[in-house]
Amino acid sequence: MKRGKSILFELIRMILLLISVSILAFVLITKAPIDPLVSYIGTESTLSQEAKNEIAEYWGLNDSLPERFLTWANHVLHGDMGTSITYKRPVVDIITERFAYSFVLMLMAWLLSGVLGFILGVICGMKSGSIFDRMVKFFCLAMKSAPTFWLGLLVLMIFAVILGWFPLGMAAPIGKVASEVTLGERLYHLVLPVMTLTLVSMSEVVLYTRQKLIEIMNSDFILYARTRGENKRQIVMRHALRNIALPAITVQFASFSELFGGMALAENVFSYPGIGTATTAAAMNADVPLLLGIALCSALFVFTGNMIANGLYGIFDPRIREGGNND
Amino acid sequence: MKESQCILSVEDLVVAFNMYEKGFKKKDLEVIHKLSLEVNRGEIIAVVGSSGSGKSLLAHAVLNLLPKNAKVSGNISYKGKTLDAKVCDKILGREIAFIPQSVDYLDPLMKVEKQVRGIFSTKERVHQFFNRYGLGEDTGQKYPFQLSGGMARRVLISSAVIQNPELIIADEPTPGLNIEMAMETLNHFRELADAGTAVLMITHDIDLALQVADRIAVFYAGTIVESAPTADFLAGKEALRHPYSKAFIEALPQNEFKPLAGTQPYAGNLPTGCLFADRCAHRSENCIKDVAMRTVRGGDVRCTHAT
Repeated sequence: MKRGKSILFELIRMILLLISVSILAFVLITKAPIDPLVSYIGTESTLSQEAKNEIAEYWGLNDSLPERFLTWANHVLHGDMGTSITYKRPVVDIITERFAYSFVLMLMAWLLSGVLGFILGVICGMKSGSIFDRMVKFFCLAMKSAPTFWLGLLVLMIFAVILGWFPLGMAAPIGKVASEVTLGERLYHLVLPVMTLTLVSMSEVVLYTRQKLIEIMNSDFILYARTRGENKRQIVMRHALRNIALPAITVQFASFSELFGGMALAENVFSYPGIGTATTAAAMNADVPLLLGIALCSALFVFTGNMIANGLYGIFDPRIREGGNND
Repeated sequence: MKESQCILSVEDLVVAFNMYEKGFKKKDLEVIHKLSLEVNRGEIIAVVGSSGSGKSLLAHAVLNLLPKNAKVSGNISYKGKTLDAKVCDKILGREIAFIPQSVDYLDPLMKVEKQVRGIFSTKERVHQFFNRYGLGEDTGQKYPFQLSGGMARRVLISSAVIQNPELIIADEPTPGLNIEMAMETLNHFRELADAGTAVLMITHDIDLALQVADRIAVFYAGTIVESAPTADFLAGKEALRHPYSKAFIEALPQNEFKPLAGTQPYAGNLPTGCLFADRCAHRSENCIKDVAMRTVRGGDVRCTHAT
């Protein structure tokens, strides 16, 4: 009963969010110095002014802003997000195809940064103040301050140009038929983008976990565990990990927005054919339908991350899960 | 014979914290000064004193829980052996048990049974002790936040006694409890002491201490100024030795309810000699010198004037 109610509540929140995001994106794009007509027919078109006016009238460009929005929204609700000017294909197809690429990239980087970051954070927290801790902390702060594209270029230069271990970019070998590309080749091309994205998103988890562990280790219940004869190892395994895992997982899910942003930049550096490169291409070509579609998708993606983070608290934290049973 | 009865003996304990003063100047802040105390088998000794006098630090010093910047000198011995970090590691949670102030000292994400069991005990023993303290079978499956104040107290006592300790140190075991629950808690302590356990109870509630303790040690500005049988405290100020304990008893509502002028000196700004001299009516030349603990009429006192 309670769970059903909260799911319904989340759904309403999601719908409201999507409506606001689409309104905002729509207004921003229509107010941007982009003429959809010009971007469609090209600047060097020889069409007469009358013909242009006719197209504008046919597209509804002369309608008021709310009317235009409603027309677009109506189409989106019927599963038609329009046709991309850049790729000359339906927006839905492009997003699903591109998102699959980006999803693999993000998932791998997310898992790697989460697991490695957590482990590093725990080690640093346990040995806080040691040389290892200081080095990792310095490295993380550097990674956090470095722009993603710059880091991507650095990785590219070191591992692809100087060492030549990995390909320069793309998702598959150039000049190979798509059906012949093996899984190994795909993974091989993923290494550098994943590495860049992992490095970017890992520092957050490391620093957070480290800080949280230090905090927990100074708390009263750890002191009490010591008086009960538990040694440092037992304290960390029995109490500390349990108490920091939940906030760490939450932070990791809540970082979907940064992950998405990092992905867009990393993809551009490595010319990886995902959502990130599609966004840049759409923006360069004033591809309004595609931009709007991507805006909606990214909002949905980030929202999902936050929703999972919220939901996990309800599942893992007994204070919330069983809060109702408390008298 | 008295030697073998003594479980915990603290001699001239000094605890100082190394702290930063203005800028980068380091300074030692002495919070416990030449404190001496003995706890015997089968005895409840209550350490009473006002808030902020450093009472809890005494417990932390004995349990080897002080932070790294603390400097400890003096001698703490358990059954005649010096209680250093190595010995502490071996006997904490088994021979020496600590009862903390509140349920906040339990891991919020671990079920009660697993916590009471700790690392040494068994499930069966947990249930045995739950029965003894009137905790239902389902208590073990609860999380600390689901316990009521009284249940939490009994859970903490169960955790402490599950390994049959010889010494129990309880830090403020009663705040937040109503009078019945506080008395119930103290009666548990009495039972344990009657069974031979030594109990060191740190509290600011002298009324409760008067009800249950065998001896009361009065804590003032980081040291114990007087340690005497509870009967002396019940008899009134004439039976006591130190001017502070006299004033302390006088200030109780059921006695004269008379406040004592002045405040406790701050740890960074202590007078030399007797720490109470500033507020004492009997102050004399001798009070500026070092005042040693001496025995007067069956109680220990740190005052040159005590008779």
